[in-house]
Amino acid sequence: MFDKIDQVFVASLHWLVSFLPEAWRPVASSLISIAFILAVFPALFSIVTIFERKGIGRIQNRYGPNRVGIPFTKIRLAGFGQFLPDGLKMLTKEDIVPRSADKLVHFLAPVVLLIPVLLAYSVLPFGRNMTIADYDAGLLFFLAVGGAVEVSVFMAGWSSRNKYSLLGAMRAIAQMLSYEIPLILSAVTVVMVVGSLNLSEIIRHQNQYTYGIAHWHVFTPWGFVGFVLFFIASLAESNRTPFDLPEAESEIIAGYFTEYSGFKFALFFLGEYLGMFAISGLGITLFLGGWTAPFSFLTWIPSYVWFLAKLLAIVFVFIWIRATLPRLRMDQLMNFAWKFMLPLALINIVVAGIWFYLGHDWQRWPICAVILVCAYAALGRALMRPQQFGKRVYRYAE
Amino acid sequence: MSFFLIITAVVTLFAAVIAMSLRNLVHCALMLAVSFSGVAAIYLQLNAEFVGFTEILVYVGAVAILIVMAILLTRSGETPDKTVLTSGWPAGVAVTAMVFVILGWAILNSSVLPVPPETVPHATVKNIGDILMTKYVLPLEIIALMLTAAMIGAVIIAYKEEVKSPGDRSEGAQVKPAYSNKPAPVPVAAHELEKEGAL
Repeated sequence: MFDKIDQVFVASLHWLVSFLPEAWRPVASSLISIAFILAVFPALFSIVTIFERKGIGRIQNRYGPNRVGIPFTKIRLAGFGQFLPDGLKMLTKEDIVPRSADKLVHFLAPVVLLIPVLLAYSVLPFGRNMTIADYDAGLLFFLAVGGAVEVSVFMAGWSSRNKYSLLGAMRAIAQMLSYEIPLILSAVTVVMVVGSLNLSEIIRHQNQYTYGIAHWHVFTPWGFVGFVLFFIASLAESNRTPFDLPEAESEIIAGYFTEYSGFKFALFFLGEYLGMFAISGLGITLFLGGWTAPFSFLTWIPSYVWFLAKLLAIVFVFIWIRATLPRLRMDQLMNFAWKFMLPLALINIVVAGIWFYLGHDWQRWPICAVILVCAYAALGRALMRPQQFGKRVYRYAE
Repeated sequence: MSFFLIITAVVTLFAAVIAMSLRNLVHCALMLAVSFSGVAAIYLQLNAEFVGFTEILVYVGAVAILIVMAILLTRSGETPDKTVLTSGWPAGVAVTAMVFVILGWAILNSSVLPVPPETVPHATVKNIGDILMTKYVLPLEIIALMLTAAMIGAVIIAYKEEVKSPGDRSEGAQVKPAYSNKPAPVPVAAHELEKEGAL
């Protein structure tokens, strides 16, 4: 019974495809999977924008959107209808292209942004047997298409012929390149311990239970450090606060998409959120056990529910951080990536190696934990040492 | 040769030709990125997953970005007026064609070439990793060492030596914070700049 519910999407896909002749089945099956991604995640995007506005509103002690409901009735839906007029507004707004802009590149940039972001979903396991393209090197595929996002950011910033756009693009590229390194290095630890780049294999490795608790990687010392590093780097990769310098509205208007309006602007917005969901999904898959349950007595809950619940939990933390932390300065951003996260990620790789070779000894727990805590303390002190706080002298504001 | 392989090959070659012939350097770099993606697609069609993904990761994600950054940082973004082709381009094409014909002829008639195996070797990512870490570990380490040396050299060339005052927060970095412990320099008044036509 529970198995049937768990496999309902897979079974219905097989049932739908079975009406077609043999030769068309692979094509039809991939088309249905594509339609699934295109329907589910943009819908999730529209819901999450409301969650974000309402959540930040509550954290900042105000209401957030609470008016829009069903028209011509008194039903208000607590403001959750807001995304429909927002989307309609974006669709019907005038599309303004600056006269000096590079028209073709300006038009292509949002399209080029969406392609790699949507491609990344093809390797994510949304549930048991629910991976669309189960590549042998799925993790590598994800990271490769993620790297292609920078091209679109550059295209948008450069083609607008606007200094704010170009500054935003430069900031974004510098930030993405810097934080991609700790992101990949923290994912490498998982690959080392599991011994595979296949995301389904990584989940299979975590789908075991001792005393009823799952073998999620985040519960191990190296996995915890790796997850925290991965999470910080994914915040930076998706340009979220406190790493939102590329679109810092008080400094450079909207960064690389300053000159976009109407639906192209909405596409950038969509691309950013979809990228955020995708990278959260990768973090879940690598460290939080993917679609597996945390405790063995909860395994009856369908796998896709677990995936969605974890995804929403991570997105909630993203929103929480956005409402809480101020923006970093550019030099702080770079120092943090290169002087703290990169060394810690490298040490974490060594620790993962030690963990792997100590086998099933219980001693590997304290050994790995002590090494990581010492490394964290030493790196933190080394990074703080040159900061000699004295009297501030303002160079420009006197 | 399948239909898709021909399409990707045509797109790749077309993008490469356009990348050579456009006047705007940034457009050229973007077309080069298209060409790189086409090469990656060809690798994927030949079932070389690892090489294909690495091609995208390294060439589209890093090299193309490096090229456009280098263009932006070294010259102004203006389009050059003169044509890209020099007057002697037919001679260049002729020489290139001759070299291609000679090389192709030599390679096709060479007896050194191994006979292509009947079965397609099945190279998974795991196999590639095993070979890289056992048989080819020395070349891999040498490449890593050389890359590190090149990177340190680049940092040394780019590093600007500054006379450091005690308590300077910026630590010789080129990015100066908006405030520091140093006394403020005398600001140039805006109207003076205006007189010089700088504004």
